[in-house]
Amino acid sequence: MSPGGEHLLEVTDLVKHFPVRRGILIDREVDRVRAVDGISFAIEPGRTLGLVGESGSGKSTACRAVLQLPGPTSGSVRFEGAEIAGLSRRRMRPLRRRMQMIFQDPQASLNPRKRVGRIVGDPLRRLGAASGAEQRRLVEAMLERVGLDPGHRRRYPHELSGGQRQRVGIARALILEPQLVVADEPVSALDVSIQAQIVNLLDDLQDELGLTYLFVAHDIGVVRHVADRIAVMKEGRIVEQGDADQICERPADPYTKELIAAVPIPDPRQAHARRRS
Amino acid sequence: MSGRTLLEVTGLRVGFATEDGLLQAVDGVDFGLHAGEVLAIVGESGSGKSVTAQTVLGLTRSPGARIEGSVRLGGEELLGASDEVLRKVRGERVGMVFQDPMTSFNPVYRLGAQVAEAIRAHRPRTSKDEARERAVELFAAVGIPDPERRVGSYPHEFSGGMRQRAMIAMALALEPEVLIADEPTTALDVTVQAQILDLLAGLNRERGLATLLITHDFGVVAEVADRVAVMYAGRVVEEGDLEQIFYDPQHPYTWGLLGSTVRLDRERPRRLPQISGAPPKLVALPEGCAFRPRCPHAFGACIEMPDLRARLSEAPDHRDRCWLAPEAKRQRRRVEGRIGLEAPR
Repeated sequence: MSPGGEHLLEVTDLVKHFPVRRGILIDREVDRVRAVDGISFAIEPGRTLGLVGESGSGKSTACRAVLQLPGPTSGSVRFEGAEIAGLSRRRMRPLRRRMQMIFQDPQASLNPRKRVGRIVGDPLRRLGAASGAEQRRLVEAMLERVGLDPGHRRRYPHELSGGQRQRVGIARALILEPQLVVADEPVSALDVSIQAQIVNLLDDLQDELGLTYLFVAHDIGVVRHVADRIAVMKEGRIVEQGDADQICERPADPYTKELIAAVPIPDPRQAHARRRS
Repeated sequence: MSGRTLLEVTGLRVGFATEDGLLQAVDGVDFGLHAGEVLAIVGESGSGKSVTAQTVLGLTRSPGARIEGSVRLGGEELLGASDEVLRKVRGERVGMVFQDPMTSFNPVYRLGAQVAEAIRAHRPRTSKDEARERAVELFAAVGIPDPERRVGSYPHEFSGGMRQRAMIAMALALEPEVLIADEPTTALDVTVQAQILDLLAGLNRERGLATLLITHDFGVVAEVADRVAVMYAGRVVEEGDLEQIFYDPQHPYTWGLLGSTVRLDRERPRRLPQISGAPPKLVALPEGCAFRPRCPHAFGACIEMPDLRARLSEAPDHRDRCWLAPEAKRQRRRVEGRIGLEAPR
């Protein structure tokens, strides 16, 4: 895609290797872990790409390399047409507010000693963009938008349920009005009934705010529900990508087929029929 | 599937003293596990499903715990039994498999030695060589390739799936009548989960091993269970066989759980049906039906907790705790042509 083209994010030949070093006085690189080994994908504005893979497939490493946390070993990451791979921290800083991350475990990713209002408002405060009163207004509006009560501002993370904590994580990611949101397993630590709430919330927020999502998960069912396109990762590579329904209904790659066949069907008659076939 | 009852739990209540008051984790649970069947206990976090399983094995005993009711294994009461009796029951008569096999093995001993040790602890007359032979057989039986060599491996040398197979081998070592598996596949990748579920289903089929399966996943239930008990806030709210639970569910909470499970085998709905709100805090349960605050179908009667009993004349073994009339349930549980709790906004 040409710069200023139709993709918000365009990743080409992304590689992230980790050196394995051994040695007593002088460290030598004896091997490399090829966590991400040359992947390419692109996301249009307002759309969702689902990145699916099992543990060790490299999907989380890929996310971090895209966001330069830290950057890739090689390859190109273009955001709104401009190359960001290899940018210095100083030059990344103004871009950070436009790409935010939601994590799997809101318990571990929220500072337990800060109140919710502080956690959600911190990005604003660091930016110094708004006055105190204005910050508080923005935080309360954001809490309401993610389905919390403005009064939750004064609570600590441990006083909230898992679903509420994930809503706080989402509010914190959205407070700076990013264009790109990278969500790494955002619902996999949640109970089934709460998963549906959070998936629906992410859907609504995308519609309202025109967000672009890179949605990373191991559960291909959840990914199909939220994604327009799906890329399936295995051992650091993308084995197949395409339209979400098409990948799930007519997978071409043997690994994708295996992944889909392994998902238990919550319908005993169908599950038994499949087992016999 | 109507074998004799091996394990019978009646009126089980488990409470823990906490800073915030008495936490009633299990509040009157009844179920029976019959020979040769897989009974799944389904629920979300805080439903009491794991505490129930642990209490059966005497693992929740502590000064701060208040345990009431009855747990009978083959007619023998376990709740008041001595620690020595329970130690014999665990392993010899009831095998256990937990979610994370990494924390269930000692990391510094070889896996085969740990299995052999478990055998010799209960059967002191078994020689070391016999016990090792038995470990090799067990590894082979649970599908660990090259068992002769792999009994010499350490836990960290196994993948998650292989560790879970080793855990199952250990659970089977003394040929128990009952297997309790608490979220045995939750920590595994989905392709590995499928293999472990096949293994558990095979053990049930071929050895007639009665299995109590604790899970949050209706997909797992559909693959391996014969009967299902759905738990919410420390109580069983519905119990029935697979057909009854999946195709004629009586409790709105079951509708909600089934509805919000993502289905890869169906066209995707525009929105996922959801259950609003969150499970109640166990130190402050609502009066009456605990699901009432989240239930769009709640009405006046729900201020009292209904008994767990059969409400359909044609299905005496299908029990639930909901005041709604069966006819009203049939009409209300359909959401956009599927089972669900409420129409998505």
